[in-house]
Parts: sequence; structure tokens; C-alpha cells
Amino acid sequence: MTIKTEPFVINFGPAHPSTHGVFRMRVVLDGEVVLDLEPVYGYLHRGIEKLAEQRTYTGIIPLTDRLDYLAAMSNNLAHCIAVEKLAGIKVPERAEYLRVILAELQRLCSHLIAVGAFLNDSGAFMTPILYMLREREKILDLFEMLSGQRLTYNDMRPGGVSQDAPEEFLPALHKFVDQMPRYLDEYDQLLAKNEILLARSKGVGILSKELAINSSASGPVLRASGVKWDIRKAEPYSIYDRFEFEIPTGTAGDCYDRYLVRMLEMRQSVRIIEQAMKQFPSGEYRSRVPKLIRPPVGEVYSRIEAPKGELAFYIVSDSSIAPYRYHIRGTSLINLTALRDMIVGWKVADLIVIFGSIDICMGEVDR
Amino acid sequence: MEVEKPVESRCFDLQTELDRTEGANTEVLKAKSIAPIPDPDEWLEKSLERNILLTTVDTLVDWARRSALWTVICFPACCAFEFIATAGPRFDISRFGMEIIRASPRQADLMITAGTLTWKMAPQVRRIYDQMAEPKWVIAMGACGCSGGIFASSYSVVPGYNRIVPVDVYVPGCPPRPEALLYGVRMLQNKIAREHVDIKLPFPLTGTKKEG
Amino acid sequence: MTVSLSGTEVAKQIASQFPEAIAESSNQAVVVKTEYLLKVAEFLKNSPDFDFNYLNDMTAADYYDYFEVVFQLSSLNLNHKLMLKTRCYERLKPAVPSVCCLWRGAELMEREIYDLMGITFTGHPNLKRIVLWEGFQGHPLRKDYL
Repeated sequence: MTIKTEPFVINFGPAHPSTHGVFRMRVVLDGEVVLDLEPVYGYLHRGIEKLAEQRTYTGIIPLTDRLDYLAAMSNNLAHCIAVEKLAGIKVPERAEYLRVILAELQRLCSHLIAVGAFLNDSGAFMTPILYMLREREKILDLFEMLSGQRLTYNDMRPGGVSQDAPEEFLPALHKFVDQMPRYLDEYDQLLAKNEILLARSKGVGILSKELAINSSASGPVLRASGVKWDIRKAEPYSIYDRFEFEIPTGTAGDCYDRYLVRMLEMRQSVRIIEQAMKQFPSGEYRSRVPKLIRPPVGEVYSRIEAPKGELAFYIVSDSSIAPYRYHIRGTSLINLTALRDMIVGWKVADLIVIFGSIDICMGEVDR
Repeated sequence: MEVEKPVESRCFDLQTELDRTEGANTEVLKAKSIAPIPDPDEWLEKSLERNILLTTVDTLVDWARRSALWTVICFPACCAFEFIATAGPRFDISRFGMEIIRASPRQADLMITAGTLTWKMAPQVRRIYDQMAEPKWVIAMGACGCSGGIFASSYSVVPGYNRIVPVDVYVPGCPPRPEALLYGVRMLQNKIAREHVDIKLPFPLTGTKKEG
Repeated sequence: MTVSLSGTEVAKQIASQFPEAIAESSNQAVVVKTEYLLKVAEFLKNSPDFDFNYLNDMTAADYYDYFEVVFQLSSLNLNHKLMLKTRCYERLKPAVPSVCCLWRGAELMEREIYDLMGITFTGHPNLKRIVLWEGFQGHPLRKDYL
């Protein structure tokens, strides 16, 4: 006699500890194996693109802070670069260096949370993320010195940064850069050959190279699949062409590779900050820009390498003080295109690990 | 000095005797009581002090309620990371007995609404709130939680959590710093401390009420 | 450094294959006719000169007279990029062929455009509202939405 079984539909989210916010998935299960999966988006859709059409170009910066709220500086940078391209604004040297330092600190900050949350999802609840939060607080102190905020900085402006770095910023940064490699060594010691982590993530959730390219994945997800593609190298924006760094890539495209790529990227970020500190010039921190920027009629698609991948803004200007159309390429949303292919066939416990390894931020998924 | 007293006045005699004894006692007590009695805390036995607590039921129940507020997961957006930082090593929310973040609303009594609420998410938040056991409290964290913040004019954002759930404490800021959140939590604890507890007994109380 | 291909140059090459396909071309972008979109996209993806294997982004803009769907294409091997556009003059029921069959990445981008701009993508595997709830009236990113 055969036992009659039928697939079982469970609802995962939107209020669930492992969904990194308010993501929701309808999962069809056969026992423990995932047969099918349908993501449901939109629980944090705040209409930023529409709101931006009623704001000035400087007034949009606080909105971009709240896109990927784990990497607000990178969002500010992407927006400012887009507006500068559109309006033809020059940026002074000192501001460029400050921007690169801030963007790389933000990458460290975002990857720390990404790795910590991934380990949280792998079953080490709360312990590893407390280590990561410890270092994150140190970076937030540096940001606070500059902008006075801990999470949403609103610090960069078209044509530079809102205020110059205070005297105590560089010594504090020096101290942090000296410490950080040792912390990274500590993580490696705890995690890189950790048997449980290897068992949970090695070979799990493989994203092939072809699918990664075809589904427009970007950032660490794309690089973990073995594609050597980093916009900082491919199309250097700001002054990234002056620094030496490598692009870490994975081979298998599994969860462990995505974790490893992030860990290696953090070391490269520290390397970039070290170089930028040595070359840090004095001078203006902001060029003279009108309060109300009126870019000429035209359009621009400007992209940067944000911690989560390619962050781009498509802005159409009608030479008024507000953009005519303001589109945001939500990196996290597009990285989720291949989610179903990665998860189907794995078990429920792996679903959470795979989802955690993509590292999404709901503010950017739904906008 | 022995004098024969009339019989009818014997009672009196005894009375004066009694008076004298009482007076003597008074004198003894007076002689003893030249200094005020010290505070009982200073001289009462230590074991006795530990075991007896004089309080009202209100204070006791409010103390129990406010000292271990367990939070339910309702973290839609940015403020969630300030909450996590508050729970993290530096700000350490466990000082207030609330480091336990519950995924199940049935085990929680506090909802910290960390982030923008959209109309699509609103039914879920209401459902989480309804599933929480009484007594329950809500802290609206952040400008979006208080009034919609910078997204208030958007077509998909609920202008403030108080449209959906009753809010006890509002913590403004975009996002509020962990110190601000802790201040909000302390305010809520003070609020709970003032609450009057209605205890419903399973049987009616018999006996007459004292006049006065 | 990524080379931004000149729209006019690319338009010439497309015109040699599909003479009627080009509606307009400038230095920045190529505008193709909607009915030729799929053929042109396939040509751009598969031709070894262009090799646009990566769809960066896809979006739409409302210009009152027409909707413009904008594709940002790039090639990871040859490191160049191109802005491809198509225009849709129908306002009540705008429709554009879906490019999901060429680039899987278009799946969520097209759903988003359908949701917020109200452009239907014919041939999309699962076209439904993505960020707004079912039953929402109107398409917020249109200029006539208040």
C-alpha cells in the first residue's frame, strides 16, 4: 500500500526573523523539500520614485538614504555622481578622496551585517552578529563624526560633501584601519574552516555563471559565480582608477563562495582606505554649486558598485529644479530574479541559508 | 500610716493602686524614650527584612509587567537596524530585561514598530497586534512610525502607526538613536508603573464592606 | 573603461539587418520601433560585434504623448554599453513585447513597469502587480496619476 501524499503550501513572512525585513515567500513543500517558490514583494513599497519627482536634486538625497539603509553613503554617492554627470559639476580633489573613504567604510559596514545576518540564518543565532555589530559601531562612530547621524547620513552633495572632515577624523580612521585586519583575522579563525558553516553552505544554492549573467545579478552574487566584474574596475567612477585593489571571485557560486567573496572584499576595502589616507589632499571640500540645481534637458544612466551590487540611477531632466523621471535600479530586487532557481530542490533549512547569502535590503527591493 | 478605710471606698483604693502602677509604667517608658526609635531598617533582623515587603498589588503587578518587556518582531524598515544596534553589544537593551526578541506575537507584550508602514503591510501588523496577549503596549519608533515621516505624502504609506494600532509612546527621529529608543522604553516603563490593576477573582468576595 | 557605443553607429548596423526597425537615433541612444524590438534585441545579444549579454536595467518614462521603455545593455566580455529605447504611442492599452526570453533579468523589471506605469509586456511568463496590492487603482508613475 502506498501512502498518498500531497504538496504542502506554507507562507514564509512577511514578519519572520529570517526574511531581512518584510519579504514574503509562498513555498510549496514535499515533506521538507522545496518544490516551488513564489516571492511576494512590495511590503515596503514607499513610492520613492514618485516622491523624487516633486523634490529638488538636493532634496532627494535624504530619500536615497532610505533605499538601502545599510549602505546610505553609497546611495548618496550614486545619486550625487548621477546629478554631477547630468549638470556637469566638478568635484574637488579632497571631496573625491573623502567620498571614496566613506564609500569603502560603508562597504565594510554593509558586508559586516551581510555576513553576520548570513551566519544568523545558518543557525548561529545572535552570537556571530554581535562580533560584527561591535566593529560596525566603530565605523558608525566615524560616520557620526562627519555627519552626526548613525544610519541615514545625508552627507554627500552634488559637488562634494556637506562638510569637511573634522581634525580628529583622520587619526580615528588611522586607528580603525590598523585594527580592522586583525578583526578580519579573528573572523577567519572562527569561521573560514568552521565545520558547521562548511556543511551548511558549501555546495548549497548554486547559481551558475550563465544564469547569473542572464538574470542580471550583480555585486558579490555575480562575482561568487566566477564572473570578474566590478564597476570600480570596469568603469572607474570618482577616483577609483588611482587605487590598487583586486576583485575577489568565487568558483562554484554556492553560499560559501558568496560569504567568502564578501570577506575578501572587506580586506580590499581596507586596502583602498589605506591608500586613500596616504594620498589625502588638503583644499576645498565642495565646489560652488547653486542651491537649486537646474541641469540641462537630457537623461543620464549612472552606475556605481554599491556593496550589494550595481546601483544605478536613471534621471531624466526637463531643466526644472526637480527631475522629470527618477528611476532607481534596485540591486537587491534584481539579485532576487534567480531566487527560485537557486532554492528549488533544497530543503526548508537551506532555503533560509540561500536567501540569507544573497544579502538583500528590503528598502531597496521595494523602494 | 495605716488608716482604716470605709468599705464603700475600697474600690477606689484599688483603683488608685492601679493608677499608680500605670503611672509607674508610663514613667518607665518615658524614662526609656528619651531618644526617637531608629528606622526599622537599621535594627530589624536582616532575614526578616528580606522576607517582608509591604506594597500594594498595583505596584507589584506593574513592577512585574514593566521589568521584562518582550518585544515582538515587527521590523519593516530602517529603524530595525537601530533597534538591532540597541540590542547589540554597545547599548545592551538587556539591562532593561528585554533582550529577548520574540518571533511569535503570543509570547510578547511589547511591539516596537521599527519602520515605515505601507498599506500592503498594515493588515499583517494589525494581525500581529491582535495575536499578542493582553496586556500589550506599542512604541512607535521613528518619524515614519509617528506620522509617516518623509514618506507621509506617498500613495502607499500609512501616515503613522496609530491608524492601525493604539500607540503608547512615540519616539521621534529618523531613525531615533538607540539612546532615544531606550528613553522611550523608560517612559513606557514609567507609564506602566502608574497603571491601576483590576484583579478579577474567579469567585465573588463575600463579607461586608467596612463603613467609613 | 566601459565604452559607451554611439547610437548612430549602432543604428547603422541594425539598419543593415532590419532596414525599417530604427525610428530615431542619436549619439546617446537608439530608438527602435516596437514591432521590431524583439528582433533587434536578439540581434544585439547574439551578434559577436555587440555581444550584449547583460541587461543592466529597464525602465519606462511617461511623456504624455507616448511611453518610452528604456533598456540599458552592456557586454561583460567586450565592456561596452548602449541605451536602447522603444516608444509606445497607445495610452489606454500600451503594449510592448517582453524580452524575458532573452534576458531573464527583465522578469522583475517588466513586472515593476507594468505595476507602476501600466505597460503590458506581451509574452511575459507571470505578469502581475509586484509592489502594489491587487485592486490598487491606477498606475502611480504615470504623469496623470494624482
